[in-house]
Amino acid sequence: MSDRSTPGRLLRAHLGLTYLFLYGPIAVLMVLSLNRAGLPTAWTGVSLHWYGELARRPEILSAALNTLVVAAASTLIATTLGTSLALGVEARARRGLLDALLFAPMIIPDIVLAIALLSFFTLLEVTLGLHSIILSHAVFNIAFVCAVVRTRLRSFDHSITEASADLGATPFTTFRRITLPVIFPGVLAGALLAFTLSFDEFIIAFFTAGAGESSTTLPMRIYAMIRFGVTPEINAMATLIMLVSFTLVLASQRLQPQGARP
Amino acid sequence: MSPLRPSPRLRPSPGGGAARGRLRSLALMAPGLGWLTAFMLVPCGIVFVFAFYQRGLYGGIDPVLTTENFTRAAEPLYLGIFALSARIAGLATLVALLIGYPAAYAIARAPARRQTGLLFLVMLPFWSNYLIRTYAWIVLLNREGLINRGLAEIGLIEAPLSLLYNEFAVVTGLVYNYLPFVVLAIYASLQRMDWSLVEASADLGAPAWRSFARITLPLTLPGVAAGAVFVFVLSVGNFITPELLGGGRIQMAGNLIYDQFLTARDWPFGAALALLLILAMMLLLFAQAALVNRAGREGRDV
Repeated sequence: MSDRSTPGRLLRAHLGLTYLFLYGPIAVLMVLSLNRAGLPTAWTGVSLHWYGELARRPEILSAALNTLVVAAASTLIATTLGTSLALGVEARARRGLLDALLFAPMIIPDIVLAIALLSFFTLLEVTLGLHSIILSHAVFNIAFVCAVVRTRLRSFDHSITEASADLGATPFTTFRRITLPVIFPGVLAGALLAFTLSFDEFIIAFFTAGAGESSTTLPMRIYAMIRFGVTPEINAMATLIMLVSFTLVLASQRLQPQGARP
Repeated sequence: MSPLRPSPRLRPSPGGGAARGRLRSLALMAPGLGWLTAFMLVPCGIVFVFAFYQRGLYGGIDPVLTTENFTRAAEPLYLGIFALSARIAGLATLVALLIGYPAAYAIARAPARRQTGLLFLVMLPFWSNYLIRTYAWIVLLNREGLINRGLAEIGLIEAPLSLLYNEFAVVTGLVYNYLPFVVLAIYASLQRMDWSLVEASADLGAPAWRSFARITLPLTLPGVAAGAVFVFVLSVGNFITPELLGGGRIQMAGNLIYDQFLTARDWPFGAALALLLILAMMLLLFAQAALVNRAGREGRDV
């Protein structure tokens, strides 16, 4: 910003403070996780002690494994179905109603989708477990993958697929040799975003999980832990999870065209 | 006609091609739309029906039609909770707009090549773990937390302040979590705005504040409204922040729905409350759309 006026400076200062507000609390967490004493009462030196403690807690490790299974499976479903959906929607002329339907999973309050899915599974007498979380997470993930792939498709030059068809390629060959390579960065960006969203999702998982350890995800474990206050183990785990999320979202953003990022 | 173009005989007829294209598009959409129907539309339909059923004797559901769940929602006890939810959510919305608008404005006025990065930095926390972002405030605000210790250190306070487990903490948590969304919505409308109008106004001698109040603010009102609707609705329906930062002392509409499903076991009443939440959201979005239309018309009249 070349604006050197007083309002310009004030605006920039405000933006700086906004970033401080957004990142300060997370930074404090991360620094505290490295404190040997664990709590802000005294700084007793940098140590990875609390990270080691985490690895000795079987209930945290099993929750982390469950989360990875849920995130991977729901991402796989959502990436396939969401990409296919995006290709179909973008080929249509009228899509007002479709747009509304595809927007809904992104804006519906989590609690509403959560109780709706719980009611649905209960009515069908489906046993709840990791599988019901996967089915549920795929709902919002399909919508997000579809949205990301659609932005990629908008900058897609359709004359090359027409040329491919004119040269006698079957629709499948055209898709595999031309469309997929061109939209692949968008598909990957959508998949990374979907993985992050599922990895961090708590409310829907909480309502659609079965009883007991076998379908407890990491966010559910965290929720149970933070209700009892601040502990150095939570700080260490929170730091790791934030780093994973930030890395995945950053990677997803790098894959998307300028000016069309989530 | 270019010599490379295949003869009409080899190409599918235009009508047949269009029909085949539609069929292919339907086939591509079918699995995804099927999933959303099975796991979103049908479950939401079930909630809608449950809302008009009676609660069974042992926490089950009796398929007897009634509007009792809705009349019950109008009882003073629940109206009080709605009023508190609306007040907290309204306050969070207001604070988020006051912080978010100037931040979005600063990004929109930054050099074009830096805007994407600046906006991404605002959005990054939004895509990360909600629970952890809320927990970070417990770390900061508790009696032994950084803020209390810092204030004691410099001698400003003798005894720790009660910063946690009250409305202040809940509003702070909601603003913190939803601020990125507000910035994004307002930035998008600033981005679409025709800045030459502001330049023209300045050229005609209008002071900057006046150009802002008469041109920029009205033109970006749809973005402000969109951001406000989402912060408000997501705050009212939130149960995590009131639970964690309000210490269970503050009940909002989200907590009420949560309780009906997981503790009180009155699913029909919980379903009715969820339906009311969605209804409120749709009404507000409708009002926002009306605002966009009006802004569009006025934009043309200028």
